[in-house]
Amino acid sequence: MNKVENNKAWFLVLPMLLLVAFSAIIPLMTVVNYSVQDILGSSAYFVGTEWFKDILNDSQLQQALIRQFIFSFTILAIEVPLGIGVALMMPKKGWRASLILILVTLPLLVPWNVVGTIWLIFTRTDIGLAGVGLRELGYAYNITRNDGDAWVTIVLMDVWHWTPLVALLCYSGLQAIPQAYYQAARIDRASRWAIFRYIQLPKLSNVLVIGVLLRFMHSFMIYAEPFVLTGGGPGSSTTFLSQTLTTMAIGQQDLGPSAAFSIIYFLIILAVCYCFYVAILNMGRDKNTSQPR
Amino acid sequence: MTTSNHYSTSQTTTFVKRKLRNNPSAQRWRQRFFLGLFLIFLLLPIYWLVSMSFKTNTEILSGFSLFPKSLTFDSYIEILTDPSWYMGYVNSLLYVVTNMLISILVALPAAYAFSRYRFIGDKHLFFWLLTNLMAPPAVFLLPYFQLYYSVGLFDTHIAVALAHCLFNIPLAVWILEGFMSGVPKEVDETAYIDGYSFPRFFVRVFIPMIRSGIGVTLFFLFMFSWVELLLARTLTATDAQPIGAIMTRTRGASGIDWSLLAAAGTLTILPGVMVVYFVRNYIAKGFALGRT
Repeated sequence: MNKVENNKAWFLVLPMLLLVAFSAIIPLMTVVNYSVQDILGSSAYFVGTEWFKDILNDSQLQQALIRQFIFSFTILAIEVPLGIGVALMMPKKGWRASLILILVTLPLLVPWNVVGTIWLIFTRTDIGLAGVGLRELGYAYNITRNDGDAWVTIVLMDVWHWTPLVALLCYSGLQAIPQAYYQAARIDRASRWAIFRYIQLPKLSNVLVIGVLLRFMHSFMIYAEPFVLTGGGPGSSTTFLSQTLTTMAIGQQDLGPSAAFSIIYFLIILAVCYCFYVAILNMGRDKNTSQPR
Repeated sequence: MTTSNHYSTSQTTTFVKRKLRNNPSAQRWRQRFFLGLFLIFLLLPIYWLVSMSFKTNTEILSGFSLFPKSLTFDSYIEILTDPSWYMGYVNSLLYVVTNMLISILVALPAAYAFSRYRFIGDKHLFFWLLTNLMAPPAVFLLPYFQLYYSVGLFDTHIAVALAHCLFNIPLAVWILEGFMSGVPKEVDETAYIDGYSFPRFFVRVFIPMIRSGIGVTLFFLFMFSWVELLLARTLTATDAQPIGAIMTRTRGASGIDWSLLAAAGTLTILPGVMVVYFVRNYIAKGFALGRT
């Protein structure tokens, strides 16, 4: 769309800007302020980049960061293909489509701590369906003792919780493909795979970028679900960044280090998401030039 | 777009459809089978939660059963009659609705500006907005606590509603901008030629045109405010405590009250199910942020 140059548009943006500034800039400045000071009671000393050096050299935090990256990439590697597959299988219209749409959306509407609760109840070895089932099958399943079990359960929980998002995104992408494309493919006797590869996948790329962006963001901030399910354990095998930070800031009241940690944490997310954002922008430009809306 | 193609080639469409129906029926059944498996995977944990809420605690702990043997509503009755329980739901709903109202009101004009005008710093502003969507709530925990405490808003619904604006306003702007860009600019121009002023055009003509987009946006605002707990729990103590925080009370000295916990969990899913029903036809497009 050709936009009109008009700086009065700022007036339309202003209310939003003030509100978001109140809830974003002021707190962020507080964090920056803490990160360069050592605060003991009422007195504070300027310490420069001391906390940042500490945080970057803290092996515990480095491990949490590595765990976080492994987790985020694992769930992306599972959820994206699975979501595409589910979207391809969902019926296109009729009451069945509406019903399945609502059922698939269900996990997204569950409060995040309740997601943890659901999986806690589901996987408990004394009362949970999956827990008891696995025991009956002869596998000594235990998420409070076994690192591997806890890890797999958390990944499974996230797949349960968020694959629907990817599936719905792809579903809406598929809905937007004109029937004529499929007809042309039929005439050319294209195989099922060729239809997917050359018609569906290119149309899905737009929504997939949004999906990967949202999934990466949210998985990188994951807190309530593992906190309720495993409490970060056994040991610290499922302690991710948000939980490490929350323990530091609220539990131990280490204002300076946790502020420095916050900033580093935020910057990592920002850097990765900026790449996605640029990708989205470029996509929009291609779209504008090829087909005027 | 689809409809016009459909019209011109309707005969070929039916032909292709017939071929599709006759030919790979095995494939269709395979698809249904896998989709069914996925749906079972999605619904099984939820089923387990719901079924547990209808069991008594002795039944839960004494033996393993797939279905509740003696259907009991005790846990639901306890939650719905005890104010310290059901006020949790009221509190949650109050701050969620407040947040939805604030977010949509400020996001509508902002999204219009982004979709129609170029102005100094628009791209940077938009990215800055999105960065707030990316901000981990854990980062803002401590500053929020201190900020709202110092302005005297701690433990009020408005505090949580404002805090949730951090990610909900950017989200609303993003989704609405997508839907608004789908409305041809000629609509605006025609309205101005017809003598509409901007506010009148916006309220009378434009908003009705994107009402499905607004519906979907409201649904998303509801969803993200409803599921968030970390900020809501930190900014409240007693008067505005969300249900998610109250649920931890089921951990008593004598262990966890499983039945009560399951009932409380089930009740947190219900509002979402009711809301999703209304937007079911637009939800797919909404999830693509209005950009398909």
